[in-house]
Amino acid sequence: MADVALAAPRTESQSAPKRTVAIPAGLRCASPVILFLLLGFIAPLLTVVAYAFATPRSFDVFRSFTLENFATIFDSSNTVWMSFAWSLAFAFCTVVLLALVAYPIAYGLNRVFGKWSGLISVLFVFPLFVSENVRLYGWTLFFIKNGVLDGTLKTLGLAGGPEVLFTPGIILFGMVYVYLPFMLFPMTLGLAMVPRDLVDAARDLGAGRLMIWREIELPLAMPGILIGMLLTFVLAAGAVAEAKILGGQSVIMITHDIEIAFTYSQNWPLGSALAVLLMIIISGLALFVMSKLDLDRILGKR
Amino acid sequence: MGLALVKEQSDVAKPSGAQPLPVLQLVGVRKTFGDFAAVERIDLDIVEGEFLTIVGPSGSGKTTLLRMLAGMEAPSEGNITLRGELINDVPANKRPTCLVFQSLALFPHKTVGENIEFPLKVKNIAPAKRKERALELLRMLRLPESYYGKNVMKCSGGEKQRVALARAFAYDPDVLFFDEPLSALDYKLKKVLEKELKDLHKETGKTFIYITHSLEEAMVMSDRIGVMRAGRLVQVGTPEEIYSRPADRFVSEFVGEVNVIEAVKSSAGEWVAAEGGAPIKLKLPSALTDATKVAVVVRPEFLRFVDKPGAADNAMNGTIYNEYSLGSRIQYQVRVGDKTLLVELSRGNGWKGTLDTPVLVGWDATDAIVVAA
Repeated sequence: MADVALAAPRTESQSAPKRTVAIPAGLRCASPVILFLLLGFIAPLLTVVAYAFATPRSFDVFRSFTLENFATIFDSSNTVWMSFAWSLAFAFCTVVLLALVAYPIAYGLNRVFGKWSGLISVLFVFPLFVSENVRLYGWTLFFIKNGVLDGTLKTLGLAGGPEVLFTPGIILFGMVYVYLPFMLFPMTLGLAMVPRDLVDAARDLGAGRLMIWREIELPLAMPGILIGMLLTFVLAAGAVAEAKILGGQSVIMITHDIEIAFTYSQNWPLGSALAVLLMIIISGLALFVMSKLDLDRILGKR
Repeated sequence: MGLALVKEQSDVAKPSGAQPLPVLQLVGVRKTFGDFAAVERIDLDIVEGEFLTIVGPSGSGKTTLLRMLAGMEAPSEGNITLRGELINDVPANKRPTCLVFQSLALFPHKTVGENIEFPLKVKNIAPAKRKERALELLRMLRLPESYYGKNVMKCSGGEKQRVALARAFAYDPDVLFFDEPLSALDYKLKKVLEKELKDLHKETGKTFIYITHSLEEAMVMSDRIGVMRAGRLVQVGTPEEIYSRPADRFVSEFVGEVNVIEAVKSSAGEWVAAEGGAPIKLKLPSALTDATKVAVVVRPEFLRFVDKPGAADNAMNGTIYNEYSLGSRIQYQVRVGDKTLLVELSRGNGWKGTLDTPVLVGWDATDAIVVAA
């Protein structure tokens, strides 16, 4: 608002003879970003939404309107809902496991590791420099029959390793492994926002460890924890590589169905409809969580 | 007063008729961080129900001392006893003491009522009883009862202060510690709260231990003041003792604006000013009989303008340079050689002449304090 007031008189004096429409300075500065978002985000999104309402197995986008694609998804003879269920269930389990695994590490990074915290953080970031597929194939080699684990155990004269490859369990393991940093760092930030004084004060007022954790640490770290949960949920709900590589297609994820619709079956309208549905579910969840967050506090404005 | 630092008594805490049993006792307490000694061998008895203020510049170790008393740090050496019981390693949540933090450490996600009730919740007291007590404390600290459900972060500075106090009282500690809780407030509010705190001390009869860097604050509230410097307690005494009989130059300068004139013993055995060599009449305390160099401390209010050298025990020639109004009093800056002396007079008795005129500044030997240089 202030920008408008400031910019308006200046544009007037500079271009007195040729009167143009005064564009506020803020809008002018934002125009590259707006343009980029329009071309790179809004346009493809609208195209996908439009495709979702196009005639099945056609490319009649923007020229036809039908709800047939959605009817196909909700048709009870169709099992695509299974993929949705798998994806959301895996995402849910991943988030829960990650919260349990990352909390002690985040706590350690804040309070225990001291000068080693930096190095340990770097170690957690480091795997991100290697492609996810490569790392997952690495795990396949580790768990495969006569692989690293199985082979080593046999060499030692023990019974072979467990046959975990191509099971839902290993998919979950893969997801927890891949998305750990995305939970860990928001959580570490969240815990860092708990002032030391408050913990000391609570203890001084007689509170034990559990009480301090429940009443002070957890509620104050919650914004960071929720952001980590949201981030990993969104990523895990769209995950496909873990199921394909470690799971060996034993479980079909929704992302996989979408991919198939766009490629082998050349049914872009159905793929789009699936994608739109997934987007609605995830963004609904995201909006719900965001409404519970106090962003001002996270960004240090209070 | 019988409140002085008693070192001999430290090993046996015997209950005697005249001497009240100390609630907290420190014997040779020392705290080191690596090679740095933050607190150096402190012996101190804290009497039940007193208001003791530890005052010192930043880095003097007063916060470390307080954290050891509250149970947030363990002493490296020495013993801390509470009513005769050794509490060196008793954690903060097991001590009947409570600290009001400099930051106040209010729980931002809780309401005023929830903050006050926190220690009661820890003790598993029923919600109805907790609320009753919280409202009682709100009244005691002159906060409206409607604040019970208020967001604590929406309270003003002074209100937060009172909420923090209410929360500490809810814990019902035997000893309350204060870590400069008033330092962030404006002057006027600070003055009001200082007096309220002293009233609360009288009302509750609890032992208050307060730390601050402002001796002015300490003077207003305390029964006893301990002055700390570089990890040591330099002097412990009543505000009157600290003010009129400072143990050394550091304490005297810490107490407020003072004039310090260094004096040396001449070859003839006479005391003369270290600068200029004018003879100085002084009352030497018995502890300094062997000294050859002392500091003569004269408060600005004990200096006056005299018309002839004989009108005061001591007189120095100077030039009146500037004047500062202090409300009911006026302070004059007088240049004597390279030195600057401050003379404080009541408004009615002010200097009648102009600035930049030569004057004679004098004081009586009985008004000066002589300390080791």
